[in-house]
Amino acid sequence: MVEAQQDIIQKKETKIIKGNIAAAYAAKSARVQVISAYPITPQTTVVEKLSEFADKGEMPGTQYLKMESEHSVMASIIGASTAGTRTFTATSGQGLFYMYEMVHWAAGARLPIVTTISSRGPAPPWNIWADFTDVISCRDTGWMISFASGHQEIYDDILMSYKICEDHDILLPKFVAYGGFTLSHTSKPVIIEEQEDVDEFLPPLPDEKGWPHIFLDPERPMMHGNLIMPSGFYNEFRLKIHFTHTLAKQKIKDVSTEFEKKFGRSYGNGLVEEYKMEDAEIAVLNYGELAMQMEDAVDDLRNEGYKVGCVKLRYFRPFPTEEIRQIAKKVKVLGVADRATAFGSPTGGPVSSEVLAALYGSGTSTIILPIVMGLGGREVGLEQQKNQLKVLNHLNETGEFPKDMIEGTFWDGLLEVD
Amino acid sequence: MVSIKEALEIGQEEFFLAGNSTCAGCGLEIALRWAMKALGPNTALVTPASCLNVVVGLWPKTAPNFPFMNMAFAAAAAAATGVSAAFEVKAHRFPGKVWEKMTTLVFAGDGGTTDIGIQGLSGAAERNSNIIYCCYDNEAYMNTGIQRSSSTPHGAITTTTTLGKERYKKNLPRIMAAHDLPYVATCSVSEPLDIYEKFKKAKSIEGCKYIHILASCPPGWGIASEESVEIPRLAVKTGSWILYEIENGVLKLSKKSKPLLDPSKRAPLIDYLSRQKRFSKLSEKTLIELQERLDLEWSKLADELSCQEHNQ
Repeated sequence: MVEAQQDIIQKKETKIIKGNIAAAYAAKSARVQVISAYPITPQTTVVEKLSEFADKGEMPGTQYLKMESEHSVMASIIGASTAGTRTFTATSGQGLFYMYEMVHWAAGARLPIVTTISSRGPAPPWNIWADFTDVISCRDTGWMISFASGHQEIYDDILMSYKICEDHDILLPKFVAYGGFTLSHTSKPVIIEEQEDVDEFLPPLPDEKGWPHIFLDPERPMMHGNLIMPSGFYNEFRLKIHFTHTLAKQKIKDVSTEFEKKFGRSYGNGLVEEYKMEDAEIAVLNYGELAMQMEDAVDDLRNEGYKVGCVKLRYFRPFPTEEIRQIAKKVKVLGVADRATAFGSPTGGPVSSEVLAALYGSGTSTIILPIVMGLGGREVGLEQQKNQLKVLNHLNETGEFPKDMIEGTFWDGLLEVD
Repeated sequence: MVSIKEALEIGQEEFFLAGNSTCAGCGLEIALRWAMKALGPNTALVTPASCLNVVVGLWPKTAPNFPFMNMAFAAAAAAATGVSAAFEVKAHRFPGKVWEKMTTLVFAGDGGTTDIGIQGLSGAAERNSNIIYCCYDNEAYMNTGIQRSSSTPHGAITTTTTLGKERYKKNLPRIMAAHDLPYVATCSVSEPLDIYEKFKKAKSIEGCKYIHILASCPPGWGIASEESVEIPRLAVKTGSWILYEIENGVLKLSKKSKPLLDPSKRAPLIDYLSRQKRFSKLSEKTLIELQERLDLEWSKLADELSCQEHNQ
């Protein structure tokens, strides 16, 4: 299998590009029809590269809207998607916050919009570096949310997103998030797939009639989003969005399998990716770029004789509840590392709170250690992640939690203060 | 100008149907009906939060018989930009079909235009997005219960200016004209044929068109339902509301306003203000001041027109 993959890979065009450029190539490969954007660091090079493609005539028939704010960006994307076109935009941190009203709108309107987030820490104080608090703030909007942990995964996940979102049983928008600067502005080899292969993999562009459920067509006049009384179907519309998230879990797995068959790259079962978990006694769950680096930490500690493994959470919404329950059963101690905050929550981090909620009632006795680290782009090095594994190992062997826990959460890598 | 015979024919076809839930004598309804008569069925309408969100009918009932999209308050111009871009994509992909004939229309209230929507509108105008943006101006947030907007005139009582508004009405049509638009026009619901003709013209022009309609609101203005045409007509007759077009930068007064360049042709402002309860707290001093401001506005307008003529 590995050799077969190598064969496929060697035949393909590989570019050494930044994560943002990989995102732009993915939008181009997906033949997006309306792009709308407003610049914000660290997203800027995504939209700059798309401008370059458009200006060189490499995206014929695509409309590129250069808007005056992120709120208007998502509004225009909603307009373009409602009228039956494949759309793309990208933003970061403050831009996503400014867009937030329209983020809810896009999901409520059941539009298959794909948006990338070069995640950055919320201000104040000003911060432009990796921190997933921005995209995680969209937890309850109805959008699907995935994390890419590497450059190739940014490209691949955007392609998979269109296939998932545009499925007629799904029709929901999706964010693809990756760390600002850690991935957006670092370079790695990325395979850009042949256009005909991408065309074969993706659903065809919407036809003249638009999406099956939503359209702006004078021959079939339709009213979108008018007022509904509490006695109307509002609750039922909301429940449908929830059900669709449940349904999307299988769709994500299927698309991930199809993607592997077509392009030879796999991402676990689509929702989570396990690494050396077969005989692991302790493990850490990460998302984004630190999930990839954690695999190196696991390798190093395995060489030292520790029975450790790690898990990459690919999807935050829908949340892979079943997978998390199975993973928790495999180990005695599970660390859940957040590069994001959830102030005032049961734990300091948003994903650890979700994991604990998922495990409620599952009968597991696994100890969960919430970890918060790397906020606002603070570096989390390999040694630090190895140390996290050792802390978990110590907890497993002695039952002792780290001394500097803060309200049940291990805030790792804080500066020393008096 | 449309003849009476033609007007009667135009008047037959309706796109904003009976059974909608506007108040009796609603100016918005007159504005939308006549705009749509001019634009026809190949129109997609985007409306931000406003009375129009509600009067189109509660789900699942709906009064417009053309594609209609409700939108968030600040987002109408941007959403219309996206709709218009999608129509362009479709016109390219499916040539010879309806998509190349589509008009994208925004119908927004004064709050959604002059306050919360102005950034998105200014953006669409600067980009010259291919849309018609119409503000139906009833001079306050009528949908939420008559709160002041930046389009509320000086002295008007609203639920947030209980003593009468201190500041003056924002001149949005002129702000839009400053964006170098291909077409800007003002209308009044008292002149439906003027509305019809201006929307016809706007439809024929490529780019961003802006039309601002004075639209009476009986409960908001404190007038009787049956006065909702007469009162805005007085706004035109007194010169308080000026009907004009600015096409590619050239200002032209419309038929009902042009004669008013002669001050003796203008009815006194008090004729318009005194008929509305919202102006019931205006002092005599303020009335004189408002008349002076209006006269000054007209003399500036006369100067502008003569300067324009001189330069042509």
